[in-house]
Amino acid sequence: MTAVAVPVTLVLPQVIDSYTLTVLAIYAMLALSLGLVWGYGGILCFGQAAFFGLGAYGYAIGALNVGESTIALIAAVAATAAIAAVLGAMMFYGRLGDVYLAIITLVVTLILYRFMSSTAGDAYVLGKARLGGFNGIPGFPTLHVPGNPSAYIWGDALYYVCAASLVLVLALVTLLLRSGFGRVAVGIRENETRMGLLGYDVRARKTLLFTIGAAVAALAGALYANWGEIVTPRLFGLTQSAEIIIWCIVGGFGTRLGPILGAASMGYLKFLLGQQSLVDNTLVMGLILILVVLFLPRGLVPALEGLWIAAWQRMPARQMQRRRRNLA
Amino acid sequence: MPDVVLETSGLSRHFGGVVALDNVDFLLRARELRCLIGPNGAGKSTFFNCLTGLIRPSEGHIFMRGDETTGWPVHRIASLGVGIKTQVPSVMDGLTVHENIWLAASRHHRHSDDAERRTDEIIARLSLGPMSHQFLAHLAHGERQLVELGLVMTGDPWLVLLDEPAAGMSPEDMVRIGEILREINETAAMIIVEHDMKFVRSIASRITVFHQGRVLLEDEMERVMSDPTVRDIYLGRTA
Amino acid sequence: MDLIAVMGVEFLYAVASLVLISAGLAVVFGMMRVINLAHGEFMMLGGYITITAVNLGVDVFVAMVIIAPLAVALIGVVVERLIIRHLYGRLVDTMLATWGLSLFFIGVATVIFGNTTTGISTPIPGFAVGDYRINGYSFFIILVAVLLLTAMAAILKMTRLGLIARGTMARSDIAAVLGHEPELIYMTTFAVGSALSGLAGAVLAPLVGLVPGSGAAYIAKAFITVIAGGPQLLAGLMSSATFFGVVNQLFTFTISPVIGEVALLVAAVILLRMLPRGITGRFFRARSS
Repeated sequence: MTAVAVPVTLVLPQVIDSYTLTVLAIYAMLALSLGLVWGYGGILCFGQAAFFGLGAYGYAIGALNVGESTIALIAAVAATAAIAAVLGAMMFYGRLGDVYLAIITLVVTLILYRFMSSTAGDAYVLGKARLGGFNGIPGFPTLHVPGNPSAYIWGDALYYVCAASLVLVLALVTLLLRSGFGRVAVGIRENETRMGLLGYDVRARKTLLFTIGAAVAALAGALYANWGEIVTPRLFGLTQSAEIIIWCIVGGFGTRLGPILGAASMGYLKFLLGQQSLVDNTLVMGLILILVVLFLPRGLVPALEGLWIAAWQRMPARQMQRRRRNLA
Repeated sequence: MPDVVLETSGLSRHFGGVVALDNVDFLLRARELRCLIGPNGAGKSTFFNCLTGLIRPSEGHIFMRGDETTGWPVHRIASLGVGIKTQVPSVMDGLTVHENIWLAASRHHRHSDDAERRTDEIIARLSLGPMSHQFLAHLAHGERQLVELGLVMTGDPWLVLLDEPAAGMSPEDMVRIGEILREINETAAMIIVEHDMKFVRSIASRITVFHQGRVLLEDEMERVMSDPTVRDIYLGRTA
Repeated sequence: MDLIAVMGVEFLYAVASLVLISAGLAVVFGMMRVINLAHGEFMMLGGYITITAVNLGVDVFVAMVIIAPLAVALIGVVVERLIIRHLYGRLVDTMLATWGLSLFFIGVATVIFGNTTTGISTPIPGFAVGDYRINGYSFFIILVAVLLLTAMAAILKMTRLGLIARGTMARSDIAAVLGHEPELIYMTTFAVGSALSGLAGAVLAPLVGLVPGSGAAYIAKAFITVIAGGPQLLAGLMSSATFFGVVNQLFTFTISPVIGEVALLVAAVILLRMLPRGITGRFFRARSS
């Protein structure tokens, strides 16, 4: 899969402008983070936007204080992962059910949105960074070549950095899922009680997976901050949270390709819709979500996979299973 | 008593005002096979769930091979080398037989080659080879029970706790399960909660009878079966 | 003394508005085990319908108490027939579909009313208590909440629907209590829940500047009130509305309204961590089982 990804990332700039492509790659990474946590870990996180936003704010605040991007990027991801670990431990060690988990992650996102929106004024300053309330934080140093703060990475270069990060994250996620940890995570998704009876510490493993997903979302957020050159509370908004889930559902949970393709296609659709004023963007996204849940609950990629497998019906069962697993 | 693998003292559990388990002292020796019987609500399942860590006892203590495991979470008890099967078949439905067993093997074998080898070994022992790449969701009830027993024995447990292993099985399946249980029993002590008296007769040596949250009687199979109080309970007359 | 009176009214108002915001969601969740993520948008629509009716010359109270609930109930019936009934028993899918619905309604409102703030003035003037001013409309909100709770208690106690509702809430696993027409009962329940959401959105509309995204301000509070309340509909609603209303007002008085809201949400997360089955799931267990 990674072998296909590299030529695709190189060819795409010939077709779509790199400014749009950059954000599509970032969205894809964000979707992949939820695909990992929800699709493979069975953790119904309704608030992945929280970690996306924290990554973006973390980068902006870090970059303003350090005046340099490499440390800011690493710090943003690490800080978000730490917050996710605490939140995850609280939820998983509290044995909250699926639905409560969904609600709590959603509520946490809303708390962050509320709080960040209200941080206008002098009381809310972190070092050299003013949180700026609803208007957010502009004017922070953007990505540059490590060790050379004057060599900014922007335009096409930023696209290649984001695309390379996406491919790298995809490769790491693939490795993770093939490892014992990944297989155990899938086992936990299938039957948490049984995995506990086999001696696996379900709570610790779920917390760890949740944290890894948050770190990936934070990386996407930090890159997004560089793309947009401003961070605002909208990153924590309900619409943002919903969009991530829409991407994954359209593409299909339980696959790695699904969320990536879902994010890229839905992101591009949003971009096209943004260029006209006839149909409202939110309306279309909402309609897509309803229709997919009703008519294509497993998403596009698994549905196409099903068709593909059906077309090869005569294939011996063993080989088919292997194909299924490789695609997954 | 060096060969005691499981001991409880004064084990009790209340649910609100209801006493489900009342001051139970219990002892199990290495490689012993013990059946727990009793009418519905007698406390045997509550007792079982306290042992596995699924329920926290209100009072009393549980010791396993000298470790006090009272209040431990399930996974910690399992990690001691305790194999557990709950009442409802609990398997990973969306995964194949091979993947299910592999997950159990991987808990005990760090190297994936060892885990693979152990998986194949267990599948062969249970004669599940032909269906090893089928999804659990597609298997018959008896086969799913068999896979779950496979999960239990993969970790080479020294203590095995089984809640109604024969429930919903055909007579042929029962014979097969009985054989496997005897095989596991060669290396592990075993507690079986069971309703089906025919199945109990076919495997049991020693029996503990629960009634109204307490241990009513503990003796050899034949003497338990001829006990008038036990008969009364099973016929519905409360003693 | 004056301060205590003013604060008393404010606390009561905070609790009453939480009851109103949550009632529709509580009915739908309690009876159908359906979490309607478009609840906030049902309220937003109730608000817009009220404002539109008032602008057309309808009396504001008629618009709030009759037109808005009926119109939103109608929308609810359409939503139930088209979407919800295909997803019964699939809790997560319902949440996702209603989330889509929420976005859809936000889009519709944006297209019709534009992304600007609309509002009507409060129909009841405020008055002074010593050095402080009390918003007269607060009393109306408190009154509506009290009437609503009384009506809900009466319906639960005295009507056939209420009997079925109590049966369903006690044993949600037994579909038999629904009798021979579960479809009709689900549809009625969803319509009633929608009407309550419409009513809440309507009576709160004069207090807020309405925008298409207004629903988001309500949804979190409604959820946590319902979920924290637990399985007992009325007792849960009242106990958790009281708890969160007091927390909200305490922090609003001592720090700021925004911190009040944040405190409310944080309290909810902590409460759910400690009582995963809600307040009534923990303390009223003997009665529900």
